[in-house]
Amino acid sequence: MSTPANPPEKPGATPEPAPGGGAAPGNGFLLEAVGVTKAFGGLVAVDDVNFSIPPRSIVSVIGPNGAGKTTFFNMLTGLYKPTLGRISFAGEDVTGRRPDKITKSGMARTFQNIRLFGTMSAVENVMVGGHSRTKAGLLGSVLRTPGVRREEKLSREKARETLAYVGLRPESFDQISVNLSYGDQRRLEIARALASDPKLLLLDEPTAGMNPNESARLTAFMRQLRDERDLTILLIEHDMKVVMEVSEYVTVLDHGQKIAEGKPQDVRKDERVIEAYLGKQG
Amino acid sequence: MIDSLRASRYRNLMITAVVITAVALFPLLRPPLDGLVDDMILALAYVVMALGLNIVVGVAGLLDLGYVAFYAFGALCVGWLGSDHFSAINGGKGIHFGVSEFQSLLAGIHINWLLIVLAAIIVTAVAGMIIGLPTLRLRGDYIAIVTLAFGEIIGRFAQNGDEVKIGEYAFSNGRQSISPTDQINLPFYGEFNSALNLRPYYWVVLTLVVLVLFVNFRLRDSRLGRAWIALREDEVAAASMGIPLVKTKLLSYGIGAAFGGMSGAFLGSYLNSVNGIQFQFGFSIFILAMVILGGLGSIWGVVLGAVLLSFINSRLIPDVIDPALTDLDAGFTASQISFGVFGFMLVLMMVLRPEGILPERRRQLELKEGIGTGETSCVGGGGGDPVVQARA
Repeated sequence: MSTPANPPEKPGATPEPAPGGGAAPGNGFLLEAVGVTKAFGGLVAVDDVNFSIPPRSIVSVIGPNGAGKTTFFNMLTGLYKPTLGRISFAGEDVTGRRPDKITKSGMARTFQNIRLFGTMSAVENVMVGGHSRTKAGLLGSVLRTPGVRREEKLSREKARETLAYVGLRPESFDQISVNLSYGDQRRLEIARALASDPKLLLLDEPTAGMNPNESARLTAFMRQLRDERDLTILLIEHDMKVVMEVSEYVTVLDHGQKIAEGKPQDVRKDERVIEAYLGKQG
Repeated sequence: MIDSLRASRYRNLMITAVVITAVALFPLLRPPLDGLVDDMILALAYVVMALGLNIVVGVAGLLDLGYVAFYAFGALCVGWLGSDHFSAINGGKGIHFGVSEFQSLLAGIHINWLLIVLAAIIVTAVAGMIIGLPTLRLRGDYIAIVTLAFGEIIGRFAQNGDEVKIGEYAFSNGRQSISPTDQINLPFYGEFNSALNLRPYYWVVLTLVVLVLFVNFRLRDSRLGRAWIALREDEVAAASMGIPLVKTKLLSYGIGAAFGGMSGAFLGSYLNSVNGIQFQFGFSIFILAMVILGGLGSIWGVVLGAVLLSFINSRLIPDVIDPALTDLDAGFTASQISFGVFGFMLVLMMVLRPEGILPERRRQLELKEGIGTGETSCVGGGGGDPVVQARA
């Protein structure tokens, strides 16, 4: 995996310098999407969206239901191939790359409707998350060579550490994931994503179904992740309180088009955004 | 907790060792040419196949209805490399490697059985991956249809192989079998003779079973095993977690096929002939029924299922059911419709106890509560995500 050098100069928009952030060498952005479009037959779900994420920032994509947020997410993570446009990540062109390769290059995600491996324990889920960072092959696994044994042990230990880090109680570690509480399942999804040592973490509506207390804790946790693990976070979120509180930048999608972007306090005053959410006044 | 885990693992290991030793000593209690030993040899050969199919269907969740193709390739490897099938080769003098003095006088290719098994493993693993390739973009039922068709194609090829020729060399002998095939010939032991003593064959196939069991257990608790289960439960999530779908699926097809080929090579030699008529669709169902009867994904369950069905086929149907039907003047025998009987058992099993006789923990959750099958997602959200393009 390449670790690109620090960008020589930040564009004016970047809020703070990002020491150690794995930014693209050219333009200082960790991720950049140019003119990304996705059409399903005649339906254009995402229409010519330009979008970029500075390293070590927390950025949100918001918009009404059906605005194309998740489709956009799925293109970034390789589940959909963009119809048009380019996506570059950490200095590499990742347009149309397979999801597993994108994960390997340092992007990890969670899902809007939790998609854990239901019959696996929490630890096993996280170990699967580390798949791209482990190597044990067919022959090694059958012979259980010392290297494979060591890797397995390390990956198990690391999984437990990660689970503790996201706040799962140790007694839940070996429970199968369907038996975990909703909040723990959300936490486990984040732990599973963290297991691939990502540079960019994509969270698809992480506070869905949480009470205000839990949302507040998750908000604090996102900041902690950014500060302690040098992560960049991209968020799709419905909870405006969370969005306004945590994001440095907000991009608003409506009917697949980007209608506004900027700092949260500016975006919330933008007339087109208000119109998209509340309808035209008058 | 770790200690109790270690203790239970040790206990399991001891039980396994005792059971295998008992099974290994069994033929010494019987005469060298015993019918029961013969049935056991067949049963153990089916165990190897069922454990192979279990990796594809039970663990990775890819329904394969064409498993007979690998039996065919494995047996044909013996037909090609261990008989006088290619009698014209090398000017009628034949090609020989590592075989007994008697065998090295024969025309055709005669290569030591161990090397034939190796060849069978390679041929079937490659065939398995080739058959797997077109199914990679498919899901569920469609995979089953494609594999079914491949099984049929290979079966038909074998049955009509006497007409399929490259130069003067035919693919198989069709409905006339390729016979005799070479007996197994082990270094430090010499040539087996299935007309005098079945015990060596029994121990060879038991060794194969132990080998396959070992591979199954090791893989189940490995990175690869977890990847298979992950992609069985949720392909989209698995791909997003960094699991390469193509490679992981092909590995399961390849390994499953290799076991089928191994067992096929054993049977090709043990049965002393390779006949195209053996390779029919019903055989795929026979092996699949073993996996489902025992318990999808459950290693010991599959072993049990294979032994049970094999004995139902070799003992219960001809010795018990058929005489009963004759007494009833039924006008048919169960042997004539044996594959129908197995199909019916499959249906019964799926309705009454879909998780099998000895269920695997995960599969039980999936089949009983619908967990991890995509029918019900974990919490919230209606399962069927429209990520139609989860690309292989």
